[in-house]
Amino acid sequence: MAAIDVTRDASSLRTGAVSRSRKRRDRIATAAMWGAFAAAALPLAFILFYVVRAGMHLFSYDFLITNIPIISSQPGPGMAPAVVGTLLITGTATLIAVPLGVLGALYLNEYGKQRPLANLIRLMTDVMSGVPSIVMGLFIYTIWVLRYGLSAFAGALALACLMLPIIVRTSEEMLRLVPANLREASAALGSRTWRTTVRVVVPAALPGIVSGAMLAVARAAGETAPLLFTIGLVSKPNTKLFGANTALSAQIFRNAQVPFPAAQQRAWAAALTLIVLVFLLTLASRVITARFARK
Amino acid sequence: MNQASLAEQRTGGRIADQAFRLLTLLAGLTILVVLVLIAFTTVNNALPAFRHSGLSFLTSREWIPNEGKFGALPFIYGTAVIAVIAVMLAVPVSVGIALFVTEVAPRRMRSSVVSVMDLLAVIPSVVFGLWGILVLAPSIASVYNSVSDAVEPVPVFTTVFNHTQTGRSYFTAGLILALMITPIITSITREVFATVPRNDKDGALALGATRWEMVKGVVFPHSIGGMVGATMLGLGRAMGETIAVALVIGSTPHIVGNLFASGDAMPAVIANEFGEASGVHRAALIGLGVALFAITVLVNVSARFVVRRIDVRLRGLA
Repeated sequence: MAAIDVTRDASSLRTGAVSRSRKRRDRIATAAMWGAFAAAALPLAFILFYVVRAGMHLFSYDFLITNIPIISSQPGPGMAPAVVGTLLITGTATLIAVPLGVLGALYLNEYGKQRPLANLIRLMTDVMSGVPSIVMGLFIYTIWVLRYGLSAFAGALALACLMLPIIVRTSEEMLRLVPANLREASAALGSRTWRTTVRVVVPAALPGIVSGAMLAVARAAGETAPLLFTIGLVSKPNTKLFGANTALSAQIFRNAQVPFPAAQQRAWAAALTLIVLVFLLTLASRVITARFARK
Repeated sequence: MNQASLAEQRTGGRIADQAFRLLTLLAGLTILVVLVLIAFTTVNNALPAFRHSGLSFLTSREWIPNEGKFGALPFIYGTAVIAVIAVMLAVPVSVGIALFVTEVAPRRMRSSVVSVMDLLAVIPSVVFGLWGILVLAPSIASVYNSVSDAVEPVPVFTTVFNHTQTGRSYFTAGLILALMITPIITSITREVFATVPRNDKDGALALGATRWEMVKGVVFPHSIGGMVGATMLGLGRAMGETIAVALVIGSTPHIVGNLFASGDAMPAVIANEFGEASGVHRAALIGLGVALFAITVLVNVSARFVVRRIDVRLRGLA
């Protein structure tokens, strides 16, 4: 509090003594900072406004449960296969990436610490989080699709590769926040390290880990590039993990390039569906974080 | 039964301990394995194209798949151009927002500014692309042409900002990329600005500096390394971004100086052509992926290196 008062006092002292050009420059800089915020916030508002306005035309419960018209110039609703595909692919990717990521983070924070191998894994996690999503798609194409064909599972593998480094990073950060006292207390009661880790350390860090994982899921749910040549295309829902599938993001990409208004309307409504899904995940993650912070 | 074996039973044995350790180690090693596999399988599948074109894969400016000509230079050029446009637009805005949050914004507004940036960060790339191709591109061509009219007499500008028929161009792609990388650059620079010691800032203000002079004299010198690192991370992100660029860049493989003209970029051409490609064409597209992978890894690793060195230096000071 004292620091703020100092600032305020200094600014009231300034008024008379500071030359006009310095004052003007300060005011211009302050205006520029407000402007910078506006420069990012206005396009965001614009995009959201457009997606909601254009997406509302077609968006309804019907839209979510009707099949995609086979002829793309045909008007009317239908994105059910894409909704099913997005949930299936993202869900599977989560089941693959979260356990692996959390276990990897446990190694880094509980066992590896500052050893060379742990530091190498940290560096490579950073490298992996910088790999473009389209390259992940090419990777899964060459290693999986060429042998076993297009499927939701292949798409899930690609998304899991994108999520893994994010989850390792956020989980490690959360594990680091767990006080050493807890580990020592558990050890003093005679617990083995693994039991301390599973029963004490992980539960203590759980809310943070969950919220980090949900952010990663939200990112992955909107990804298109890794799915383009891994999942294929269907016009009826496929709830199986294998066999061709489709996803909301892939449908938006397809329909955006088609000149028919009907297809474009479906793209806008699919975009609205995807944004709602992603925002809900983000919101849930923030609520969990806020709860955690209050404790 | 003696005390020791009882304790052993209750807490799980040494074997369980080692098994768990091994399990976590294996999970950690997956990252290394996946990275090695990415490099190995993509290079392996790109080999036919590298053999077919040799060094001209990277130096030729002709990309005509039907005639078996695979020169990646137009895409490398396009990627570089749009990434530079994006960074030049996004860095001043991001630094401005970071300063806004740390120095200017009323206390109550700070968390909502951060929320807005978080929202911007989770909007899917394909939604930016959809908006770009259906809303932004059709209306922005006339803006480009009036800019072009205005700079007609200036020698260099008239080439760089020349007339155009379409809104799908390098510059449109750069604009959308700038929006997409602003959140990441903002969040890193914000964290760096937050580490500037309160005493230094108060000292500058006490000496009579205006807020802007304090920022120039204290905040920037203290944070320059972190800002460079953030910029490079943004650059890496911009170069790898695929779907939004694929939709708005106009898919024209050539090298022109006019930023308002259609072009193409490495990730965009992979996304647009991979579906119909086969044989050497497909291998060439995977080859583009390999080149993209190499460039982004290089940019990212050097960015982390810069950030970490600054980190160490700051910790040394504290």
